[in-house]
Amino acid sequence: MSPTATSVDVKTLIINGENVSARADQTILDVARENGIFIPTLCHLDGLTDVGACRLCLVEIKGSPKLFPACVTKVEEGMEVDTNSERLVHHRRTILELLFAERNHVCAVCVANGNCELQAVAQTQGLTHVRLPYRVGRLEVDTSNERFVADHNRCILCSRCVRVCAEIEGAHVWDIMGRGINSQVLTDLHEPWGASSCTRCGKCIQVCPTGALFDKSKVGVSHPKHPEFLPYLNMMRDGQ
Amino acid sequence: MNLEELQQIAENSKQERAKADFEINVCMGTGCLSQHSDKIKDELAREASVSNKRIIVRRTGCMGLCASGPLVFMEPINVLYQHVTPERAKEVVKSVEGAPIPELLCDLREHFDDQVHVVLENSGRIDPEKIEDYIGRDGFVALLKALTEMTPITVIEEITRSGLKGRGGGGYPTGLKWGTVAKAVGDMKYVICNGDEGDPGAFMDRSVLESDPQRVIEGMTIAAYAVGASRGFVYVRAEYPLAVSRLSTALRDARRRGLLGNNICGTAFNFDIEIRLGAGAFVCGEETALIASIEGKRGTPKPRPPYPAVSGLWGKPTLINNVETFANVPPIIRNGGAWFANMGTEKSKGTKVFALTGKINHTGLVEVPMGMTLRQIIFGIGGGVPEGRRFKAVQTGGPSGGCIPEEHLDIPVSYESLIGVGSMMGSGGMIVMDDTSCMVNVAKFFVEFCMGESCGKCIPCRAGTAQMHQILAKICNGEGTYADLDVLVDLCSVIKETSLCGLGMTAPNPVLSTLRYFRNEYIEHIENKNCPAGVCACGSREIEGSVSGEVEVHA
Repeated sequence: MSPTATSVDVKTLIINGENVSARADQTILDVARENGIFIPTLCHLDGLTDVGACRLCLVEIKGSPKLFPACVTKVEEGMEVDTNSERLVHHRRTILELLFAERNHVCAVCVANGNCELQAVAQTQGLTHVRLPYRVGRLEVDTSNERFVADHNRCILCSRCVRVCAEIEGAHVWDIMGRGINSQVLTDLHEPWGASSCTRCGKCIQVCPTGALFDKSKVGVSHPKHPEFLPYLNMMRDGQ
Repeated sequence: MNLEELQQIAENSKQERAKADFEINVCMGTGCLSQHSDKIKDELAREASVSNKRIIVRRTGCMGLCASGPLVFMEPINVLYQHVTPERAKEVVKSVEGAPIPELLCDLREHFDDQVHVVLENSGRIDPEKIEDYIGRDGFVALLKALTEMTPITVIEEITRSGLKGRGGGGYPTGLKWGTVAKAVGDMKYVICNGDEGDPGAFMDRSVLESDPQRVIEGMTIAAYAVGASRGFVYVRAEYPLAVSRLSTALRDARRRGLLGNNICGTAFNFDIEIRLGAGAFVCGEETALIASIEGKRGTPKPRPPYPAVSGLWGKPTLINNVETFANVPPIIRNGGAWFANMGTEKSKGTKVFALTGKINHTGLVEVPMGMTLRQIIFGIGGGVPEGRRFKAVQTGGPSGGCIPEEHLDIPVSYESLIGVGSMMGSGGMIVMDDTSCMVNVAKFFVEFCMGESCGKCIPCRAGTAQMHQILAKICNGEGTYADLDVLVDLCSVIKETSLCGLGMTAPNPVLSTLRYFRNEYIEHIENKNCPAGVCACGSREIEGSVSGEVEVHA
């Protein structure tokens, strides 16, 4: 929004009892983060379009029995938002349990240990154990790319790699195949990553929240990810 | 085409019929066709041509009573024959003016007399591949009336007055939806007909498209005029080849007659319809996933808002209604909204087509006014449960609905009342179960269906349905515990409240409703490792669903 714009539509709302103000085009998540209110997310990433898939950012809005994903719900005047009710905490924990039980998420042997968003979110939500049986699938580990590895056992299907490749890099190498519990990310039309049309830009590595996509040179050492370049890159591209 | 030309076609069609003394209608819907009713028709036509009588042998769509197919209906003697075979063609032709053949006679007053046909008024009466037949039965009169006598606003008012609600399952008021799309601003608007009927045991939309495709075209065209759209799509399952072929023929004929295309009926209104085939994904019945599929993308749902009415196909305002909803439009415009609102209950107007399947005598398609009780539908029209067995439950709304036990059979069928007993209207499938069905196993079946059909985008639906299925398989195998039951109930509430689209939100319903009415069966499986219905082999099988190979089968 340029500073010279004449009519900036401003809304005021209440999040967790706090009065906050927002631009009309902002989402609940944007405003919450601006005001230091934490809402957990996994599929959302600043600089990519939102898909509302991980369901961790669900919030309650007074007057509706439904839950709303904060990442795609626009603010409205007088809205009263609760981001931390007992129901939400319970649902978030269960969703995390479902994620941990879905594939192989053993932190101790993972390249992303200590730098993993799934691990971090689980810690913030106080997840200490999983009630559900682990599904112990054994999925492919694609090491065909000379620089990167895709370990599908650690993928949470957040689709950040798909979006960054299509929206930022413009290559659209990644996509999702299969459906339901058999969904999997794939490169091109299920070519090995090394044989695909991948440009080796490495953006997907930086945005992957877990150890599913990682750099071969980082195995055995700390592997922090740096997705923070995205909003800056978008801003520069927009010529602002 | 103007009204006079339309009347001329109707007149010609009537004269054509008047030339013959007798009419023999042969059902060539998918059900009867699978029993070679095409051969029966050929035989009948051959016999008719050598009989010295003036007989029309006509191919028609579904006559409803699929269980008794192949069906042949004779006019003017008003006789319905069941289980007809090609060998009996000669006798059948002979009986057009004599006494009916007793062993073929299908005399089911209780099945037909209580039905009210609005959507199905032409089904089994016209040749679905002859537009003249449709025009001969008041076809396209409503379209001409809308285009030449009504403004888009008055069309929407008429639909609103009728109280018509979406027949795809949600029950959203149709007039309100049309009004929203009409008000939405856009240089281009679309109308989509949702024919991605995927519920197990549901075949209403298929039957309408096979039996009376012109009606859907007319309904869509009226809708397009009302909301200001110029392009339409019918999204229909590729598994319905006959419906697709008849619809293609109907579209071509309508274009030829100037009922689709530019300057429809000589007015300034332009509209055309294309067919898009679904590739077999249940989730594509969800409107945002369906739109993604038409756009050529992966069929996954998007969070709403924005609703398709504001930002739908290619980001333009889009009206999506179900096949049956559009099929209700021509009679409403023809007879007025008040006529339609006279039928049904206070909040659910008109009639509803149901597909009766499962353990029921008269399997097939029925259309009844809203407000009829489930008991009347199942035991009256449906003829009750076969082989003298005891009725146990009826599943309405497919995998998104729930089962309704005997004690609630006297509720009048409406959108509200079915939700009240923990099920839903859905698109109209009714699966009747007798005492040979295990309700835990039934819940497992529907959860397995949802698991296989989940698109995988959101976690609760993707992983949650798989976990639910695993627990249900465990209980069925006699290995479940009370702790499993607690986790199952907890998962249900999470999946219901946190899933992205309707598929996930409603996936726990079969479990919740069976737990509500048949909790004792779950307890029996857990406590005594015993399946009361004798369906589950408790304790003698491996746990299903935990290995990915098992799941693959349903993907």
